[in-house]
This record gives sequence, structure tokens and C-alpha cells, in this order.
Amino acid sequence: MTNKAQIEIRTSPHAHSGADVVQIMRTVALTLLPLAGWGVWRYGLSAALLLLTTLLGCLLAERLFNRLRGQPSSLGDWSAVITGLLLGLSLPPGFPLWMGLVAAFAAIGLGKALFGGLGMNPFNPALVGRAFVQAAFPAAITTWTPALFDGRFTNPVPSTLAWPFLRPADISPWLHERAVDGFTGATPLALMKYEGQSIPLTDLLMGGGAGSIGEAALLILVCGLFLAFKRMLDWRIPLSIMASTALFAWLAQLFDPSAPGPLIMLCSGGLMLGAWFMATDMVGSPMTSLGVLIYGVLIGFVTEMIRLFGGLGEGVMYAILLGNAAAPLIDQWTQPRVFGAAKAKARKSA
Amino acid sequence: MFSLTQLFGRSTFSHGIHPPEHKAETAQRPIRRMPFPQQLVLPLNQHIGKPAVACVKKGQEVVRGEPIAEADSYVSVPLHAPATGRIRGIELMPSARGPRTPSILLDVYESATQEVLWGCERDLDSLSPEQLIQAVRETGMVGLGGAAFPSHVKLTPPTDHAVDTLVVNGCECEPYLTCDHRMMLEWTDALLLGTRIAMRCLGVAQAVIGVEDNKLDAVDAIAARIQPGSGISVKAVPTKYPQGAEKMLIKSVLNREVPPGGIPAQIGVVVNNVGTLSMLGRLLPKGEGLIERVVSVVGPGVERPGNYLVPIGTPVGFVLEQAGHEGRKSEIILGGPMMGTAVPSLDTPITKGTSGVLVLNEPAIDTESRLRSWPCIRCGRCLEACPMHLNPSMLGQLAAKREYEQMGEQYHLMDCFECGCCSYSCPSNIPLVQYFRIAKSILREKP
Repeated sequence: MTNKAQIEIRTSPHAHSGADVVQIMRTVALTLLPLAGWGVWRYGLSAALLLLTTLLGCLLAERLFNRLRGQPSSLGDWSAVITGLLLGLSLPPGFPLWMGLVAAFAAIGLGKALFGGLGMNPFNPALVGRAFVQAAFPAAITTWTPALFDGRFTNPVPSTLAWPFLRPADISPWLHERAVDGFTGATPLALMKYEGQSIPLTDLLMGGGAGSIGEAALLILVCGLFLAFKRMLDWRIPLSIMASTALFAWLAQLFDPSAPGPLIMLCSGGLMLGAWFMATDMVGSPMTSLGVLIYGVLIGFVTEMIRLFGGLGEGVMYAILLGNAAAPLIDQWTQPRVFGAAKAKARKSA
Repeated sequence: MFSLTQLFGRSTFSHGIHPPEHKAETAQRPIRRMPFPQQLVLPLNQHIGKPAVACVKKGQEVVRGEPIAEADSYVSVPLHAPATGRIRGIELMPSARGPRTPSILLDVYESATQEVLWGCERDLDSLSPEQLIQAVRETGMVGLGGAAFPSHVKLTPPTDHAVDTLVVNGCECEPYLTCDHRMMLEWTDALLLGTRIAMRCLGVAQAVIGVEDNKLDAVDAIAARIQPGSGISVKAVPTKYPQGAEKMLIKSVLNREVPPGGIPAQIGVVVNNVGTLSMLGRLLPKGEGLIERVVSVVGPGVERPGNYLVPIGTPVGFVLEQAGHEGRKSEIILGGPMMGTAVPSLDTPITKGTSGVLVLNEPAIDTESRLRSWPCIRCGRCLEACPMHLNPSMLGQLAAKREYEQMGEQYHLMDCFECGCCSYSCPSNIPLVQYFRIAKSILREKP
């Protein structure tokens, strides 16, 4: 050993698994790209522009709030990319771009920066953004456009380029032109709920009908399983959400045979996207193994209640936000039993 | 002879981690003796408890094996001269157990022999348990697994609990280290003798030697030498870190759980390391003192990795000269990568508790990515790793807010034994174990 040897001193452990937050975030973000691509293929230029708007909007907002709080840029952690993509995927394809930008700023500003940035947000930021525009622009967020319409890559949906702060463009004539086979522009869930129509399951699996950009149950399942396999999401969360949703749907059908069955409930609306990519947001979900199950069942139950009895066709968004809100409490209730502690005693102190 | 029950029915503790084992570098290298350095550094506090008191003077000649420091209280053991030579003095020297500590410096004679010149042969069978324990104490034996707890104290458990089983720890779950593995293979008879001695001291009829299943050759070697009716058995346990932690091993081999804050004796168990018992088996019949130990010298920065029988007090720098070392910038760790201590000086000596010298060079230290840490994203990987079933994420967040009391009262901080599983698995690189050490020391100081 030469005299020039430099001795480093660290504290134990001197080994590390190599797991890396940035790598996890980046992988999740990249896994959303196939979903985005599929959405663009189905809904064309409008979807592409909207995804780009929410993505850039979130990055811009992240940087802006970094500046305002005098912090170094946190764009490198990729979390804003996930929020931007998820937000875009959860919106209707013809959503006006300026509203998309508002949603992006609400997502990062109200959902994340307000609480102190990465790791501090109690709610999924993308859902906060979506909830904000759901409240602010209820008409625009429930205006759906058909998938795979002609000319979707050359002409955006008229509402996409609506002027900010003016009454949104009325696209019913445009929709009427494209109406095929009595198509009304309602989502499968709304069709079932308000018009008693059912949609072929294959359409639901592939995202065939009208819906949010990211509604393609089968593709979400594949992407989600990939992430679960890579240990980048907690598979127990989507599993318990899906299982409980299916269970409650089955129970509902026992009482009212006209209620949608388990398969329809699982594959429609935002359930798959929510279960695999939003409820699994590590920051907002519980950490204990019992806690994630309770959380999943809660989300499944609330989703089912809203879908069956609520005024909305959808319910996943509010269910997950509610689950996020309950997560700290669930965590506290389900603290693991310390090794060696007597079981009865652990229950008493909890 | 691999049955299905062995594959699937083997019990273990829940959680834990699987770091890369790195055992292949040294597992097949037999124990070799390392020569004496010019000077030995012998800290007086090589064990937990009260430091020994020097009983030699500057300039005095000592022979290999002669006592040079005496035990000062019950939790204390004597120290013996590892080589024949002359005492240079007693000075403050760097040590792995903290800042500079009082140490006896011994100039080794160039002609010093490897023969041990001090000792008294004993007929162990004629000794009573009390005499045996006294004999153990006179060897200066401490736990060689790393904690360095005086062995005679461990073999005298509190009498308010009935101890029925001796668990012998042959897990060696720390990556890189293979010294216990080699001792089990090469000193099998000494290990079994040491085990019988410990059983007699404790007055127990049953002993289980737990060995991780990445060392099945050691399991076979031991099983082949066990005498029927001796009450000793050997059990393979799954390879996983920290399988070698007392509480985890007891859970794995006996399916008993040590209560929080408790000691194994409460559930009738005493745990000893295989290294400790094999060394005892070698020393006790001859009545010699603990003057050398097996050390794994290993790591990406070591040219001739292996298991060396190193005189206690040999400076790390000399060990590395002998084993060959390259790399301009490196981290030198006494012990294993998970719980070992990085030393600031090459003068730091090998002590009774040093199981390994691990040298991580530049690529292994991987400076850039290791220095940056990110906010906790509550991914829960630390919860899945913690063998004590704590919530390191929550503890870490409380530590950052200095809520030490809540950490202790609500989140069981004091049950953390600093195995490092949480830090190892944290994708945000949060120095959790460091936080917990600080918090624990602050809580301990509070009235």
C-alpha cells in the first residue's frame, strides 16, 4: 500500500442494494409510454397535444415552484414526468389544452409543492389535478369523443384548441357527424348507468369506445404486471382493489341483476389505470402489509358505491383520494408487531 | 441428502435481505498463519465491559502466551502477549472501538518463536462447572463473532431463568467473511469440544449448531464428527442476512422469540459463536490465552485474499502488506460490510473481536451515487427488510424532526440492533441506521 493511499470512512452498512429512487421513477414513467402511445393511436392529434400539454405543464410547474421555494431543480427525479403523463392519460381526449395546463399546475402546485415536494404529498398529485378540473370544468371533463375516428391525425377535436376562459366550443354537431350506430359520445359506464346499454368486453379491454386517453384495461394490466415484476409497485394494492371491486360488483348483482358485473366493473373507466398506477403511488399509500390490503378494499368499496349510487358514472378518482387521506391512519392502526412482542400485548397498545 | 422438508420446511425469521454473498473469494482457502509484525498494538479494552489493567512495565520482556493485563472487574478479561518481545510502553493508539485508546505496545523479537511458552495443561473432565468457567475466564476469551462479550459472563446466565439449550452460531451471514466457515471445516473437533465445555458450564443437555445453507460442507463435516448421545445437533438454516443475529437464529432453529428488550436466557437459550467455541476447544485443554484469531482478509482491493491466523495486535497496515493490496482510494473495514467499522488509520490493530479486514476500493465505494440522498417516498422496502418488524421509514422521518422520544415510545427504536437492512434497501439512500444510532444515544443519555 502506497503512502498516497487515501482512506475513506463511512458508517455501516458499507453495502447497498443499488435500488435507486430515480431509477424507479424513470421506469414507471417509461412504462406509461406504451399507454400514451396507444391513446394517441386511438384518439389522434388531440390526445397527443393534451399529453404533451400536461407533461410540459407539470415540468414547468415543478421548476417554477422549485424557484419560488429557493430549491434546486427537482426535475431530475422524474416524478413530475409521471404526474404529467398520468394526468394526461386520465383526461378525455378532447379536453381543451388550456384546461389541461390548469390541471397540470393544480396537480403540481396543490398536489405536491404545497406539501413540500417529493415524498411529502399525501395525495396523488395527478388525481389532485384531475379533481381540480373536475370541479372547475365539469362539462368539459365529461365530454367524450369516439375512438379511431377518421382524420384524427390531421384534425384535432374542435374543443382541443378552444380559447382560454371563453365558453368552451360546443362539439355536439361535430360529435353528431361522427355518430355511428347510434353512438352518443357517452362512456361505457355512463351508457350502462343512464341508458342501460352494454358495451362488448373486448372494447373495454382494448379501450375501444369513448373514454379517457389511458383507458385500455389489458394494456394497463400488462404494463402494471411488468412494474410489479420489477418490484417497482406494490402488487398487493392493485390486487386488493381489483378483488374487492369484483366482489362488491358480484354482491351488487345478487341484489340487482341489472347492475354491471365484476368483469365490466374491472375493465371500465379508470379502475385499471387507478388501481395499477395511481393508488400505487408509494407516497400516498400505506406501507404495512395489512395496511395496503385495507387501503385496497376501501378503494374498491368506495368506487363501487359511487358507481352504483353516486351522481357520477365514475368513482375511482374520489375513491383513491379518499384512500390517500386514510393512509396515514391505516398505517398507524396496522403497525407491525415488533419481533418477540406478545400478540395480545401488541393489540392492547395499538 | 436433500429432502423436500429441508428445501421447503426449513423455518426462519421473516423479512431480512439477500446481499451478494462474496464468499467464493475465500471460502476454499485454508487458514494460514501470518508472521509477526515488528510491533504489536494491544488495546486494553478489546471487549465489552471494563478495560483490562496492564500488569507489565516499560522495558519488561514477555514471552508468547504470558498474561500482560489482568481483568479488573467481573465483566472483564485478561490479555496475553501474542509474541515474545519487549514492552515498549503503554500509549494512546488508534482503535476500532472508538478514538485513541490506551494500548500496550510490544516490540516483537526478530527470533520470536510461534511456540506458545505459557500455559498449564488441564484435565477438563475433572473440573466442576464453576472451575470450568474460571478456566474460560483465564483464557481471556470473548465472543469472536464481533461483539467481543466476555465468554465467562455469557456462560453464566442469570439464575432466575432456566436455560435448557445452547445455540451455536455458525451462520456467518455477513458477506465476504468466511473465517467461521473455515474453522468449522478445519477445527471441527475443537468446535465440538468447545461446545461440550459450554454445555457443561451452562448445565444444559442440548446444543444446536445453526449453519447457513451456503456452507453445507461445514454442516456435513460437523454432522460426521458428532458423537451419538452427545446432545449436539447441527441444523442448516436458510442463507439470508441477518440470520446470524442472536434473536433471528434462535427463531430459526428453535422457533422461540426473545421478547423486546430481553435476553435469550429469558427463553432458556444461550448463544455462542462457532469461532468462540472452536477457539475455546483449542485453548482450554492446554490452558493457553487467546493470542491469535482467524481473520478473513478479503475485498476487491486485496491481492491474496484468504483466512489468516493473525496475532492479536497486528496493525491492519501489516495485514494488508502481507495479503497484498492495491488501489489508491479505499475503505478499510474491520468486520463485514453490513455492520463492520471503517477505520481511519492503518495503525489500527486486529483485536479479539475482529472477524475480517474488508478492503473496498474505488469502484466498490461508488462515491457519487452513494453520497446523494433523496426524500423518503414511503416505498416500504425498509419495512420489508427489517427483521425486528420496525418501521424504519417512520423512524427516519421522526429522526429528521428530532422527535426522539416518540421514536422510542411509539416506534420501538430501542429494539433496533443496527443490522443495516433498512439502509441497504433504501432506494433514497437515507442513512437510516446512522439516524437511529444518534437517536438511541440521545435517548440513552436522557434521565
